[in-house]
Amino acid sequence: MNFKHKYVFLFPGLFVLIGILIFPIIFTIRLSLSGWNSYTPEMNFIGITNYIRLFTDDPRFWESFFRLSFLSVSTVILQYIIGFALALMVWREIKFKRFFRVIFLIPMMTTPVIMTVIWRTFFHESLGPVNDLLGNIGIGPILWLSDPVIAKFTVIIVEVWQWTPFMFLLLLAGLLSLPKEPFLAAAIDGASSFRKFVYVTFPLMAPISIGAIIIRLIEASKIMDTVFVLTSGGPGTATETSSFYIYIKGLREFQMGYAATLSFTYLVIMIISLTIIAKVLTKLMIKE
Amino acid sequence: MKIIKTCLTAIISSVMIFSPMAYADKWSDQFPHIKATGDIPGECSYESMSKKNYKGKTLKINTHAVPVMGEPTALHAEQFAKLTGAKVDVTHTPAGDLYAKAMVPFQAGQAPYDIVFGFSNFINDWRRYLEPVPKKYVEMKQMQDVTPSHIGIASWDGVMYQFPVDGDRHYLKYRKDVIDNPKYQKKYKADTGKELRVPRTWKEYGEMAAYFNDWDWDGDGEKEYGSAEVMKKDDLMYAAFYSRSAAYSKNPKTPGGFFFDLETMKPLINNPGFVEALTDWVEATKYVPPGGINFGLGDEIGSFGGGQTLFSFSWDDAFVAAMQPDSPINNKVGAAQLPGAMKVWNRESNSWDEGFNQAPFFVWGWAVGVAKKSKEKEMAFDYLCFFANEANHQADIGIGRFGVNPFREADFKADVWTQIGWDKDIAQSYVDTLAEMEKSKNRVFPLRVPGTFEFNAALATAAAKALAGQLSPQAALDEAAKQWEDILNRVGKDNVRKAYAVGVAMEDNKL
Repeated sequence: MNFKHKYVFLFPGLFVLIGILIFPIIFTIRLSLSGWNSYTPEMNFIGITNYIRLFTDDPRFWESFFRLSFLSVSTVILQYIIGFALALMVWREIKFKRFFRVIFLIPMMTTPVIMTVIWRTFFHESLGPVNDLLGNIGIGPILWLSDPVIAKFTVIIVEVWQWTPFMFLLLLAGLLSLPKEPFLAAAIDGASSFRKFVYVTFPLMAPISIGAIIIRLIEASKIMDTVFVLTSGGPGTATETSSFYIYIKGLREFQMGYAATLSFTYLVIMIISLTIIAKVLTKLMIKE
Repeated sequence: MKIIKTCLTAIISSVMIFSPMAYADKWSDQFPHIKATGDIPGECSYESMSKKNYKGKTLKINTHAVPVMGEPTALHAEQFAKLTGAKVDVTHTPAGDLYAKAMVPFQAGQAPYDIVFGFSNFINDWRRYLEPVPKKYVEMKQMQDVTPSHIGIASWDGVMYQFPVDGDRHYLKYRKDVIDNPKYQKKYKADTGKELRVPRTWKEYGEMAAYFNDWDWDGDGEKEYGSAEVMKKDDLMYAAFYSRSAAYSKNPKTPGGFFFDLETMKPLINNPGFVEALTDWVEATKYVPPGGINFGLGDEIGSFGGGQTLFSFSWDDAFVAAMQPDSPINNKVGAAQLPGAMKVWNRESNSWDEGFNQAPFFVWGWAVGVAKKSKEKEMAFDYLCFFANEANHQADIGIGRFGVNPFREADFKADVWTQIGWDKDIAQSYVDTLAEMEKSKNRVFPLRVPGTFEFNAALATAAAKALAGQLSPQAALDEAAKQWEDILNRVGKDNVRKAYAVGVAMEDNKL
């Protein structure tokens, strides 16, 4: 094929890539160097003032980042454990296998915002059914949404409920694609179910597990809708995450320039940290 | 001949007297919303609007979510469309996003909405993008009845940018069946040694709320609580905090600023007056219903309006909701001015002035303007004028969930409220409360400066941290004051001072 023809085929894709990825990133970087806000809506160049503010005078962003790290890591670990257990359960020959497979996927099919509104109603401390039920057995009322510590776990409960099916789906697909021979060999050797899981299933599932965990970590690190609807980042700032904080700065307080600084910094941190996490997981889970 | 003359006079008089009612019948048949009054003649009445022809034109409105303000916007849009032939598209937006939803297109030089709803404290940021209200509307009869304070809130430098559709203030709401109940008065006296009465101070409010917390005092089989308040960070809680702070910090002897010292532009929000108010508020977390620390305005309306608490203070909505016929506490509530304090901070002498002080907070109201870049300005102003016409206004103010509250002199008459089923003494106490606020010389008006949103958000975040126990009241307000200094430096002290001076002049009774 002629060399130039290759570029003709590449250009449309390249243009789309520039339009939807490269341009927004460059624009965000430029915006982050401006003081655009509600009273000076212009791309005035203020150098790295916003970055200095972020690194020297904005503990709230860093608090929200560490909170996000805790929330995303803990939810993904729980989703992985529960999702793997459920996938193993319906991987075997059990009754109503197809029924369970569909049932386990339902939370993922629902709209997150609507489900969070329903969860918020469940957890409403004085009017919600959860405290009512617990009250019947002499427990509570538990401050699901107004205690700074418990509120974090409430967010985790909702996130785990909503997104465990995604993990379940990926892991089940992985289990179904595993070769049968290693399992037959293990059976011939008389390995117990536990040993089969530890020495055959889990190692074989490692590459898929890493992929699933990274995908979920990327998604979980963007957690916004659950926090927005369930707690609005409260009580105080107890459940405020990075994306919610960026949203507040950008679209509530209209500090567009500073919000762009936060967004770009956050993007860089996430790229670096997820790359490191993927490397570490690969080293830990995949043995040569 | 004399008999014929008398008969003719009687017939003509009857026609003259009953002609408005004839119109009223005609329009209220089609539009049951105004069945109580029928159409009321005026520049923007149903009759007047029916003569307009906007067929083939589309009016785009961005308003708040249903029901508060969103429901009346949609209702009047539907009525306006039927009367004029216009197509009206209404978009509903959560309160926290109203500002940005308008600002993003404003700053991009676009006008996706002809009409934008927001809060009156957006005026400084929005006014350069809004069309001033035309003279013919400013001078018309229905506008002449708007109270001077609400004309002031809708205007900037004498130019009206926001069309008055609502008037808001914070005041105290209490359960009359408890506070005025001799049995409870006796019990309270016996248990505490104090009088049970409408609380004069925030300390009394706290004591009574704590006493009536977490037990079934109305015999309905459910526990009741002390107070329902807006404590949710992103849901207007800063306004609730200013209400609690006014008595401790708005000193009539030290004019020149409540939020800042106008001369130096030093933030005042961490002075001992504000700290005392926040300390009281932290204490209040003990006598709100479970989860009360996360109550937004809707929760507060539902909680007090549903009979769950003894007290509440904020906008009219909870009171009006409580007075609706379907409310479990219909005609069991009372209204009074916000509690005061027995001391007020004097920033000049740097000490407390002892003695009773009270300061009404006018908060802000829902506000609405027409985009300067709108191509349908005339239709837009006609819609707003129709929204606030006398018949619609009288119907709207009687529905708590609508969020339309009194802002006209005519609203401060007890008859308006007894006609919709309120007991006479409750109606009287309500209008007296509102009227006293209008007359007060020690009022606080909302912060309306460039970057208002940033200032209020910083304050709300700090107060929320104190309520959640993350910081002490002093540390929280020091943090907020530091952020206010940073915002001032970014926006420019002189820019803020220039804008703030307008509000201070209103507070100091110079406007």
